[in-house]
Amino acid sequence: MKYLHLIKAALFRRKGRTILTLISITAAFLLFGMLDGVRQSFANAGQTAAGATRLQTGSRLSFIQPLPKALAPRIAAVDGVEEVTWANWFGGAYQEPSNQIFSFAIAPNYLDLYPEANVDPAARERFAETRTGLLVGKALADRFKWQVGDQIPLLSTIFPNSDGSKVWTFDIVGIMDSEDGFIAGSAFLHWEYFDESTPYNQGQVGWYVSRIGDVGAGDRIARDIDAISQNSAHETKTQTEAAATANWMKQIADIALIVTSIMGAVFFTLLLLTGNTMAQAVRERTSELAVLKTIGFPDRSVLFMVLAESVALILIGGVIGLGIAALLGPGVNAASGGVINMPPVSWSSWLLGLGIMVAIGLIVGALPALRAMRLNVVDALAGR
Amino acid sequence: MQRLKSFLRGTGLLLVVIAGIAAWLLMPWVAALGVAAALALWMWLTRRGRQARSVAEVGLSTLPQRLGSSLVIVIGIAGVVGVLVALLAMAEGYRTTLRRSGSTDTAIVLRGGSAAEAMSVLANEDVTVIGDTAGIARDADGEPLVSPELVVAANLAVKGGGPDDLGSVQFRGVGPQAFAVRPNVELVAGRRFTPGLRELIAGTGAQRQFAGLEVGNEIKLGSQVWTVVGIFESGDAMASEVWADAATVASAYRRGSSRTSVFARLTDAGAFDAFKAALAGDPRLSVDTMTTLEYFEKQSSQMTTILRVVGKVVGGIMAIGALFGALNCMFAAVAARAREIATLRAIGFRGLPVVVAVMLETMLLALAGGVIGGLVAWLAFNGFTASTIAGGVGQLTFHFQVTPELLWTGIKWALAIGFVGGLYPAVRAARLPVTTALRES
Repeated sequence: MKYLHLIKAALFRRKGRTILTLISITAAFLLFGMLDGVRQSFANAGQTAAGATRLQTGSRLSFIQPLPKALAPRIAAVDGVEEVTWANWFGGAYQEPSNQIFSFAIAPNYLDLYPEANVDPAARERFAETRTGLLVGKALADRFKWQVGDQIPLLSTIFPNSDGSKVWTFDIVGIMDSEDGFIAGSAFLHWEYFDESTPYNQGQVGWYVSRIGDVGAGDRIARDIDAISQNSAHETKTQTEAAATANWMKQIADIALIVTSIMGAVFFTLLLLTGNTMAQAVRERTSELAVLKTIGFPDRSVLFMVLAESVALILIGGVIGLGIAALLGPGVNAASGGVINMPPVSWSSWLLGLGIMVAIGLIVGALPALRAMRLNVVDALAGR
Repeated sequence: MQRLKSFLRGTGLLLVVIAGIAAWLLMPWVAALGVAAALALWMWLTRRGRQARSVAEVGLSTLPQRLGSSLVIVIGIAGVVGVLVALLAMAEGYRTTLRRSGSTDTAIVLRGGSAAEAMSVLANEDVTVIGDTAGIARDADGEPLVSPELVVAANLAVKGGGPDDLGSVQFRGVGPQAFAVRPNVELVAGRRFTPGLRELIAGTGAQRQFAGLEVGNEIKLGSQVWTVVGIFESGDAMASEVWADAATVASAYRRGSSRTSVFARLTDAGAFDAFKAALAGDPRLSVDTMTTLEYFEKQSSQMTTILRVVGKVVGGIMAIGALFGALNCMFAAVAARAREIATLRAIGFRGLPVVVAVMLETMLLALAGGVIGGLVAWLAFNGFTASTIAGGVGQLTFHFQVTPELLWTGIKWALAIGFVGGLYPAVRAARLPVTTALRES
């Protein structure tokens, strides 16, 4: 700590160069903050505590194939299942068929299994009373400027209404102010209204969700549920919600690989860049370092000071970069009105980022620091 | 006063930079070639130009002494260009694969308001009406070249994963004329499926993605056993699919006599408008008619736009990092050569040649970085296979495509970074007060 002012003086010995380098580092960690957020939101999708207690049962044949509703009581009877609910994919779109929104027809008790939807009791009651009621996520409501009480037409890209048209009219009865990004972007309608209106469904169910009490028994319960329909015309496949989501994310893209490759290229460049800056900085200060040694600074202190300087350089730039990423995310989300949903910079991103900063700082500082430590005082003072 | 002057100068320079970059990024390659030729002529024919050339030559000859910092510029810019080109190549590969699936002389008919094939439903009567519409080409026997198709999805075990590791494949039930409607589909192994039997053929892309799709194998879809009897190649999105007889698929998925879409080969591309108008005017139908090119382009547009925007945002942020790295190195280079530049100025060289020389040096380094970055992206990613969920229901396999246009975009970005990275140090070099610079050691 007593060397702090020396390190500070060294860092800002050439303000211009330090600032230019800092901006480069900031850009690198801004990118890291944004991309790592995306990677984590893909990796952690569905991995919530509540997600582990829910099993999803879909058709083994394909996720678009519906299941008979008669399975519901049989799944509920499986030992370990506490409650069963179901939903159908509605395939709604607003105004244009390309403006697709995640919309589901849900069973009456669906919200009991998804407390994270965060529907207040009054809205829940209105939903129960309104046949054409629609619950919309906060982000979705913001995106289209919907309010409770609005009547909106949704176009189903799959299911026609009872009059044969694909336009369904709904009354917005509540906003789901959910922390869960997926629910915040979804809309829920009544399964019964959906089933009675469209001639295509006829009592079928897209998938079942069951809540289990004992997370450890999940595999056994999943096997028991699948055994009900084994060798029937509609075999099922049951997974924990976490596993089902992870499988789905993997099919969309190998985000982890893409992010890791990009960050590899970025950090390699950064190593080279700051390495060069540090080498320059130490080369310029050769005679000053020699003076320090002459007046009695031990070799190890000189080594430590140069290392600390490079770590501090990266830490300052990196923290600014991650800070900008943390501020930028909510700003972009708000400005885009919910069209873009950038994940926030999580604590684990900060930790990983700080770890990378220290590591890069040490690697970059190592060579110049060793050079400073081994400096021969006589040669250095003579300018040789 | 001094402050104000320097502030105005800085702002002016910034405007020049912004205008220059905007013009540059929009410029076609012919115009860029023209600019390069004009620069070369200037450097060979005019006095100032020759001065600039000699200053640049001195600068370039000292490059090896500054290997470290020169490499920072080259590799920094190579990184930007490499990542940019790779991400754009992903978008390009995705777009071409879907685009290639369509043409202007084949039409697809879906139920009105359906976003994709798998979401559409056409009743048997509709299918019959569509098949009888004028404008459809006929084969030698006078049969119309139409294929009523049923697109569903099937869960298959992913290659290299566990038995529970299922992925979704697009499963297409096709009519007897499907192969005549799409002449680009070729069997590379085995034979076609027999209508009425649970036999299927798999595309080469699907075969790469999923386990068990080999000729002679039996695979389980739900509770039913299907036999793989052939492998086909089409060079487009169809290669990621699995095909079987439409009626057999319909019975397996309990879809009765309904279909999801009708593909028709038209007599020629000009017949499309009349075909579409005929279907739109038919009171029995409520359908959307598109050329297949239009349909597949629409399917790819959203994803392609997302990939391109991501590529440019990531590339842009990296470019800022590389830009400041380049600025740093060029400021250092100019500072190291301060005395030499001051000497030149003292013996009568003007400011412009010095500016041009420093910028030329930076842009040459940037060019090298751009070429290296593009080359690495091309070597590593051209033809690289990736897959994603497409059309809502199945995995689509596609190859990254590093096209010459993308490489050119990469080089333009590199030169833009070089331009800005060189401009400020160059102006500093040209404005160096001669007397103080000469006295500096």
